[in-house]
Amino acid sequence: MNQAAPTPKDNQGDPVVRIDGRLKVTGQASYPADIATANVAYGVLATSTIARGKVSKLNIEDAKAVTGVLDIVTYGDMDNIGKPKFGNTSASSIAPLHDRTIFHDGQIVALVVAETFEAAEEAAMLIHADYEDEQPSAGFESKGTKTEAAAGKNPMLKEDPKAGDFDAAWANAAVKIDEKYSTPTQHHNPIELFSTTAIWQGDQLTIHEPSQNVTGWKVELARQLKLDPANVRIISPYIGGAFGSKGPMTARTAIVAVAARRIGRPVRCVVSRMQAFGTQTYRAETRHRIRMGAGKDGRITAFGHEGWEVTSRPDPYVVGGTSATARMYDYGSVLTHVSIVHADRNTPGYMRSPPETPYVYALENAMDEMAAALGMDPVEFRRINEPAKEVIGGKPFSSRSLIKCYDEAADAFGWSKRDAKVGSMREGDWLIGMGCATAIYPTAVAPCAARVRLTSDGDVRVQCGSHEIGTGVRTIAGQMAAELLGIAMEKVSVEMGDSALPPAPVSGGSISTASVCSAVMQACETVRQKLFAGAVGKDGPLSGSGNAKLDMADGKVGAETGKSAKLADVFKAMQVGAIEEYAEFAPKGSSPEALKKLYAGQPEFHGGEGDEDSVKYAFGAEFVEVRINSYTREVRVPRIVGAFAAGRIMNTRTARSQLMGGMIWGIGQALHEATEIDQRHARYVNRDLQDYIVPVNADIKQVDVILVPEVDREVNPAGVKGLGELGNVGTAAAVASAVYHATGKRIRDLPIRIENLLA
Amino acid sequence: MRPFTYERPKNVPAALALASKFAAKDDPPTEADAQFIAGGTNLADYMKLGVARPERLLDLNGLSEASLRQIKITDKSIRFGALVRMGEAADREEIRSGCPVIAQSLQLAASGQLRNMASLGGNVLQRTRCEYFRETSWPCNKRKPGSGCSAMNGFNRQHAVLGTSDACIATYHGDFAQALIALDATVEIEGRRGRRTLAFAKLHQLPGKTPNIETNLAADEIITAIEVPLGPWSSRSRYLKIRDRESYAFALASAAVALDMDGDTVREARIALGGVATVPWRAGAAEDVLKGKVLDEATANRAAEAAFADARPLAFNGFKIELGKSTLTRALLETRDMKS
Ligand SMILES: Cc1cc2nc3c(=O)[nH]c(=O)nc-3n(C[C@H](O)[C@H](O)[C@H](O)COP(=O)(O)OP(=O)(O)OC[C@H]3O[C@@H](n4cnc5c(N)ncnc54)[C@H](O)[C@@H]3O)c2cc1C
Ligand code: SF4
Repeated sequence: MNQAAPTPKDNQGDPVVRIDGRLKVTGQASYPADIATANVAYGVLATSTIARGKVSKLNIEDAKAVTGVLDIVTYGDMDNIGKPKFGNTSASSIAPLHDRTIFHDGQIVALVVAETFEAAEEAAMLIHADYEDEQPSAGFESKGTKTEAAAGKNPMLKEDPKAGDFDAAWANAAVKIDEKYSTPTQHHNPIELFSTTAIWQGDQLTIHEPSQNVTGWKVELARQLKLDPANVRIISPYIGGAFGSKGPMTARTAIVAVAARRIGRPVRCVVSRMQAFGTQTYRAETRHRIRMGAGKDGRITAFGHEGWEVTSRPDPYVVGGTSATARMYDYGSVLTHVSIVHADRNTPGYMRSPPETPYVYALENAMDEMAAALGMDPVEFRRINEPAKEVIGGKPFSSRSLIKCYDEAADAFGWSKRDAKVGSMREGDWLIGMGCATAIYPTAVAPCAARVRLTSDGDVRVQCGSHEIGTGVRTIAGQMAAELLGIAMEKVSVEMGDSALPPAPVSGGSISTASVCSAVMQACETVRQKLFAGAVGKDGPLSGSGNAKLDMADGKVGAETGKSAKLADVFKAMQVGAIEEYAEFAPKGSSPEALKKLYAGQPEFHGGEGDEDSVKYAFGAEFVEVRINSYTREVRVPRIVGAFAAGRIMNTRTARSQLMGGMIWGIGQALHEATEIDQRHARYVNRDLQDYIVPVNADIKQVDVILVPEVDREVNPAGVKGLGELGNVGTAAAVASAVYHATGKRIRDLPIRIENLLA
Repeated sequence: MRPFTYERPKNVPAALALASKFAAKDDPPTEADAQFIAGGTNLADYMKLGVARPERLLDLNGLSEASLRQIKITDKSIRFGALVRMGEAADREEIRSGCPVIAQSLQLAASGQLRNMASLGGNVLQRTRCEYFRETSWPCNKRKPGSGCSAMNGFNRQHAVLGTSDACIATYHGDFAQALIALDATVEIEGRRGRRTLAFAKLHQLPGKTPNIETNLAADEIITAIEVPLGPWSSRSRYLKIRDRESYAFALASAAVALDMDGDTVREARIALGGVATVPWRAGAAEDVLKGKVLDEATANRAAEAAFADARPLAFNGFKIELGKSTLTRALLETRDMKS
């Protein structure tokens, strides 16, 4: 087997190739803006060039005069439409065309619709606003921001976790760390640009738009447009880079729908990369103060984690990662507090492991500092602080294989060859550093529906309104059905990404594999029971083996006795051509309204730290080697090793790919990625892929992923822990730790750039 | 993007005739109504952003003169036709071994796709990527003379520390130009008023009070060729480029170095610095420090100090002075250690 397809170990599924892999790499997969649409007109946004104030006058005459312009949707044209509400389905409460107030740079002031994209673009450039502008606040450094406690403002953080008497423990600690850390604003830059195509047929509206939440959007868009949700359909079969960016719907969707209704033609709006910075969500800038106290024996007696996060003026977006950091180790006491800082910025949103990436970065950097202060090996330090139970609620972990991950990764990395002395390892002009950190991600699951059909020919169709955002969930859902129904993968087709399909939860929080697979399992189980009954029934081919244990394999129903019957014969006996089952899965602990909420696009999440019986997390350990030129100080990462345990691994190929991608992103977060802001004007300045730096192929050398076997029957029926967001948690701290080991410089503010390391 | 007229003249005289018909004589080429396009990797980008606004594009790719697409290598020089693509020049074995600084400066620029598209003539004329220049809603003296410089007190991490003025601090980002200026290249230019040869060092102009005027080309002049003289320094030459990531990034600091050595002693050094200056930057003071000296870490450091003696830091780009110096030191030592 090749590297991309690791040999499955215990409780790990085959590295089945992606159902849509070939279509994607050969360019045959049609993304939402690629769908051929007859008579389509093109929309281009015009956006604000100030971050705070009012539009006193919008000059649209020049734009209107451009040949081919059909319509301009602007102030007044949305008055009869419901305003977006900030929440899981809507990115922000800012209703840009309902109100002339400007809340942030790049806010939509109009949508130009024209016969061609070029005409619409030219006209949009000719729109000029007269502003009554005010001095904006860009963020932490600015005057005029408003800071408030985050807890209770947002379901993401109900209260600040705490345990024991932090003040006393801190006062008495033998060794102390009290440091500040920060992570920058980061913007989603998926290769597939954001787009909306709106098509009306009578009062039926179809939207083609990349989405991680077709059901939620259907309901929310219907509310805004005052339509029956049954008349709205969101279609998003392929998504070119999601990671949270296509989770919440933005104000644009309704604006494009209104434009299409006004001109009586389909309208397609593809947002430029530059405009996406102001019209989509992004990762909030965060700051942290960590106080950690430990005894000489290395046991952490006090852990204090304070966080500050920038959000928009109107919306309380909360990152809030203290729930994971407070449960990570066996702390003697915990004190946490999160604040949000309202500034003149667009509302942030989810980006791959939204809370954990920044908060665990701060914690793990502090862990490395404490290990150094104690003169202890960083792996050993974590071993000493491995908890039997989490310290906030005193609940057990449903499973926790962190130390196993450390052992396997350390071994593969060759950690024992590391000379602990700072600055001691070197090859020619290159300083060598090695570091490590922990990855953690909560394991959640949500209600989900699915439909499975098996025909007498052995064809399987799985339907589920989940979303293939690149994780491989389409393949895995098919794999689950193929396995349970004993059918070859080639005979399985899977439909996703359409709100007309059985509803699935938002593809966020790494819940999709667990939720979708649990629903598919449930549907398959019913199909199996029907077939088994038919097989052993009076006229069935296995008639008489009534009490034998039955199973399905190789297109047959087989009994323990060794007797088996072809599917076609079972179907014939049952006198049906196909069996189709619709399953509604609701996880343990679901409320009575759980399924209703699923259909309403507001699914309940279960798991993480929210369950009664146990807390549920996936863990990993990452080891990084850096090389830093002793003259010019550029940092390179020749290798990174990560070992992860995440319950049942459905498919080792897609799992490895997710974790590898996460680690690569983590390297980018450590060394490259940051949105730059002109502090005077609260405007983004590096709005393209040349200046918004992410790693390129040449930056990534050896990436090793180890899938550590783990069994967890508590998390969900499928036994799966999501791992889509696990890989990039901790990576940046591991890089920072390696940089410290190489240079003795402790860089606490990301990204770590050349200027931080010069002399 | 604004509508424009596209023409594909058949030869240089035809292109020049169109240029002088449609471009006002005194307009700098970047502000003229008629502008040449070669690979389009710089110009088309700026047209989409509304920064470049030509009424008429004159496509040079249809010009019939064969010499525009040829690389001629003799013992004395390398002559590049202006339409030779970056990738082709970077891949030529004789250049890689005979004058590595040229091949490396091209090889380390942009991406494979861009290098296949971009011409050498267009390359040396590429315009700055100052973020405030690229986005038309900001005041910018280069884009709109007299409107002010947004970068001066703004986010200026990528901006220049050498050759700046009170009007503009935009970096000249090109890599190839650093090799050319270090090696005393010349440019051949054809215009309606005839043919001229210009020292490459004279092609670009410091921003001064008129940052919108970037070169001393007229709007109806075409670069037809670039010639690089060869000498004892050519094979011991190197381009070192330091950037935020390993590929597909402009230099934060770079150094083009060519050394003519007599044992450990420098007979003659040729040095240019990229990523730190407003124009292609020859570091004459550094060369003077090295002449006749044994090249070791101490002399290399002294040369680097001299190169940045006049550097002027701003809020975010101060590190470029330190980085520029260490880049030059490292480049000098690595070039010294080359087998030649
Ligand atoms: C993403 C990206 C990354 C890049 N990275 C790098 C890098 O790392 N290093 C680097 O050096 N460069 C880099 N570049 C710049 C690239 O090298 C230039 O865009 C390219 O060389 C320009 O050549 P062209 O033929 O496409 O020019 P065009 O865009 O066609 O023209 C550029 C200018 O030159 C004029 N012109 C062209 N040919 C002639 C001629 N013969 N006579 C007179 N005027 C002429 C045009 O009128 C125009 O003003 C990058 C570019 C991009 C887009
Ligand atoms: S540095 Fe030059 S190009 Fe940039 S904003 Fe200032 S004047 Fe314009």
